[in-house]
Amino acid sequence: MNKTHLELTGVEMAFDTPKGPFVALDNVNLKIRKGEFVSLIGHSGCGKSTVLNIVAGLLQASKGGCVLNGHEVNAPGPERAVVFQNHALMPWLTVYENVELAVRQVFRKSMNRQARKQWITHNLELVNMAHAANKRPGEISGGMAQRVGIARALAMKPSVLLMDEPFGALDALTRAHLQDSLMEIQQELNNTVIMITHDVDEAVLLSDRIIMMTNGPGATVGEDLHIDLPRPRNRVTLADDARYVNYRQEVLSFLYEKQRKLESLNNRRPGNTSAAPKTQASATA
Amino acid sequence: MTTFSTKWIHAVGVPSRDWLAQAQQLLLPLLGILAFLGFWHLAAPQVQTSLGAFPGPVQVWEQGGQLWQEHTNQRERADKFLALQEARNARLLADNPEADVRIRRYPGAPTFLDQVRTSLGTVLAGFALASLVAVPLGVMVGLNHYCQAAINPLIQIFKPVSPLAWLPLVTMVVSATYVSDDPMFEKSFVTSMITVTLCSLWPTLINTSVGVAAVSPDLMNVSRVLRLSFWTHVRKVVLPSSVPMIFTGLRVSLGIAWMVLIAAEMLAQSPGLGKFVWDEFQNGSSQSLSRIMVAVLAIGFIGFLLDRAMLLIQKKVAWNE
Repeated sequence: MNKTHLELTGVEMAFDTPKGPFVALDNVNLKIRKGEFVSLIGHSGCGKSTVLNIVAGLLQASKGGCVLNGHEVNAPGPERAVVFQNHALMPWLTVYENVELAVRQVFRKSMNRQARKQWITHNLELVNMAHAANKRPGEISGGMAQRVGIARALAMKPSVLLMDEPFGALDALTRAHLQDSLMEIQQELNNTVIMITHDVDEAVLLSDRIIMMTNGPGATVGEDLHIDLPRPRNRVTLADDARYVNYRQEVLSFLYEKQRKLESLNNRRPGNTSAAPKTQASATA
Repeated sequence: MTTFSTKWIHAVGVPSRDWLAQAQQLLLPLLGILAFLGFWHLAAPQVQTSLGAFPGPVQVWEQGGQLWQEHTNQRERADKFLALQEARNARLLADNPEADVRIRRYPGAPTFLDQVRTSLGTVLAGFALASLVAVPLGVMVGLNHYCQAAINPLIQIFKPVSPLAWLPLVTMVVSATYVSDDPMFEKSFVTSMITVTLCSLWPTLINTSVGVAAVSPDLMNVSRVLRLSFWTHVRKVVLPSSVPMIFTGLRVSLGIAWMVLIAAEMLAQSPGLGKFVWDEFQNGSSQSLSRIMVAVLAIGFIGFLLDRAMLLIQKKVAWNE
């Protein structure tokens, strides 16, 4: 249980730009144990998504690397399933077929048709979406679609579940609801999870550890906060809990005092105002 | 009092709004057509040509009936001819079972409707061939940056070429290469079809490549995380995602194919509506202009129907409809 499951060592990420290389990440080191729920938090543009994409294998680190279960990560794979911010479901497939695409790809040799069918239904039930199995993503709400995205990722039986601001595009009530569901599922399956978030409450409520990242360029791990709250956690009772308030305070102080981001609103890089371009992408999809 | 007045509004106001909506859907197009016919009717006699005044809607309508009549007459004669031939052959065979009986086709000239059918067959064949080339090629170009860079200049250069420029080349090449004692298709058919293909494949090619290149990066990442093989990726992600764009291209292509075909038939003297128009023009009788006008309207109407048919297929196939 205490063995290192996933390890990032000396990760540097430089992107080529017309003005020369842009160093997004510099010397990121991280060790994650099996079954740990880790949140990455930091300001926009600090390279949280880059870290996640390196673990997913969607990006290759310029220096250093990522080792999962003793194997180096250098390509994407279903053992590191990703939940994308905008669900990334195929709009032409039904909810069931979306999960089926993943399950058939991952388990086509190890499960027969009947077992696969049960496994798909089981995962849809896990996120309470079995009732909409035959609907298309366009016919269900954003929160429901995100549940299906989570079901699809869980159905791959991943060693690590990677979540890129999974609830970022949802309204507050739906978000709270999905956070509770995610905690229940996590309690049951004990997955290793890395989640990117902007939301301090979400990070404290869900995580075993919060990795706070310094501002880029050359972002790295700033502080590593262990959240020692008993599970199951309840958002309402925790709101008054002194330890909870304290953890929350620590994260806030890191973000808004130690790593205060000085930028004028009209001077933002367009790629970093995370929500807007991604919603656009989903609209065109 | 209030209930009465709201009832009254419901009784009168709501249906009248329905009526307005219906009027907009039906009446306005009808009004447009009527206005056009009126203008045509009044303006046509003012235009004098060497073949008499330009035909108005009435003359064109009459010629339409005339062409239909000619078609039914011709059909009757053809049926008679075939019946006689069969009877004669049966008699010959009865006299001498070894007799060399020949089955001839009816030698009469093709009617207007025959020409329409020929044109439709040719355009569909040319369009099908164009789609078979353009969609796979477009997928290749869209998937691969190198392919795109290599093929793009060729697309840009060949896209604007008029069918009239291709036609002589295609005719010569077909005459030289399509040599057979018992050809499956007429040479004229092959020539027209290939010309149609050459001119109509570009919109499908371009739209397919754009659609394929525009697959959402998130979906591409899903495909990578799932480690889909190349073919599964193309089949399950790329193609469905670009179906709407492909169909937009196909619809434009079919429209171009139909336009090109008429021009090609006219110039190549290959059977079809284009030849009908050309023959009437050469014929130069007092009815020729009316008959050409019938063909013009038929061409327009068929083009419209073809587009509608594509739209129907698109609605069946595409997920975003």
